[in-house]
Amino acid sequence: MISDFGYILLFIISGLVLLGVMLLVAKFLRPDNPNEEKLSTYESGEDPMGNAQIQFNIRFYIVALIFVLFEVELLFLFPWAVVFGNEELIAQTNGAWGWFAMAEMTVFIGILILGLAYAWAKGYLDWVRPKQQIPEIKSPVPADMYKQVNDRYGSK
Amino acid sequence: MDLTEFLVKTATIFVVFVLTLVIAMYSTWAERKVAGFIQDRMGPNRAGWGGLLQPLADAGKMFFKEDFIPALANKWLFIAGPSLAMLTALLASAVIPFGSTFRINGHEIVLQGVESNIGILYVFGVVALGVYGIMVGGWASNNKFSLLGAIRAASQNISYEVAMGLSLIAILMMSSSLSLGEIVAQQHGMNWNIFYQPLGFLIFITCSFAECNRVPFDLPECETELVGGYHTEYGSMKLGFYLFAEYINMFISSAIISVLYFGGYNYPGMDWVYSQLTSALGSETGHNIATLIGTAVFFGKALFFIFFYMWVRWTIPRFRYDQLMNLGWKKLIPLAIFNIIITGAAVLFLKPVITAWLN
Repeated sequence: MISDFGYILLFIISGLVLLGVMLLVAKFLRPDNPNEEKLSTYESGEDPMGNAQIQFNIRFYIVALIFVLFEVELLFLFPWAVVFGNEELIAQTNGAWGWFAMAEMTVFIGILILGLAYAWAKGYLDWVRPKQQIPEIKSPVPADMYKQVNDRYGSK
Repeated sequence: MDLTEFLVKTATIFVVFVLTLVIAMYSTWAERKVAGFIQDRMGPNRAGWGGLLQPLADAGKMFFKEDFIPALANKWLFIAGPSLAMLTALLASAVIPFGSTFRINGHEIVLQGVESNIGILYVFGVVALGVYGIMVGGWASNNKFSLLGAIRAASQNISYEVAMGLSLIAILMMSSSLSLGEIVAQQHGMNWNIFYQPLGFLIFITCSFAECNRVPFDLPECETELVGGYHTEYGSMKLGFYLFAEYINMFISSAIISVLYFGGYNYPGMDWVYSQLTSALGSETGHNIATLIGTAVFFGKALFFIFFYMWVRWTIPRFRYDQLMNLGWKKLIPLAIFNIIITGAAVLFLKPVITAWLN
């Protein structure tokens, strides 16, 4: 008797076989004449500048950290959700089970909300946007020049 | 006995794979036909009748294109990226219940790849793994556009995964089971979850759009900012894997939506149809035909949601990145938590009152 996970393993193996066959068939069918130009990294037609392991916005790390926190808390909710509405347990405990499970999880979700509120208040959920820059130009011509000219000659 | 069981399962796996691949293939054709219809043009119409052979022509092109791995790329991870994306997309199809059971010579065959008791948790886990395919591929390309696109995609996927998981919890609280087969069986007839979980459904469908990187959440690919996003350096069959994985994900999420919220293979009046068929054709043939009708209903629902994906794609413009993050973290997650609390209160207090009133 193969368990459910045995069949899932069978699924994974057949998936890998399928991918391998597709890649291999493509490998035999396609032409293969690489040259230096083809193998260079694409950077909008320019010669690539340095390595691609560049610095990127630190916000992405923060999002990932908050995600890990929430995902772990979420996984605690899964087993709770399955037994929460269990009618047998509710009947056995004269309805106390539902109250207890609900109160317990309200406290837990309360902590979860508190964490979210903290991250929110600290501004970790705000995505930085570049501020619009209005160019300041020093010009010998005053800004209201046209208005003056129009006022002066417009009525004639 | 063991061997026949094994063979039946192997055949089921084969059928599920072929079905998923064919549906994903013809989704590409349907996508272009729907786009053509919405934009008042023809869509593909040269290869075969109505362009029906177009997906085959595309696949042929993928096979025959020259493929090169950039000199600076990490070779093995470069191949592993798209393979992982495709594998995780395919794996989720294992637990989808396509219909109830087939009866052949007294044997009951479940129309489901694997009847697992933790089906929904498995789907959730496999979908979470999908991030790796994108991240590994984007990093291994050693291209700035790929790296930035991959980080964007990963960040988007993980943000919406939390809200998606929270909206699933509300379903689990009502069904008290993690098995997809069980969840569908509970929605017998017209007793669909959508009537109990409208808010959860909205959150879930929004998150599944984001998880599949579909418009309006298709920020990982952006010609004006990131060229092709995480698959800038890819070509040939590996690019094909990435694009195909997107369509498989679309089918999987449509199927999961119809299973979780729209009753899967259940339809109103199914008991009447079942009793008519079994009395007319006997308990074996009648049962099998009833199952086939259920499966057709399931595919109707799933295909409608695939159409819905395409409809939205050609209707709604895309979000800006900060809007996307705000929607995910500041709106969907609080709403999903609110939904859990409301569902909990309803299951505890409203359900006994209503059942007492109905009796």
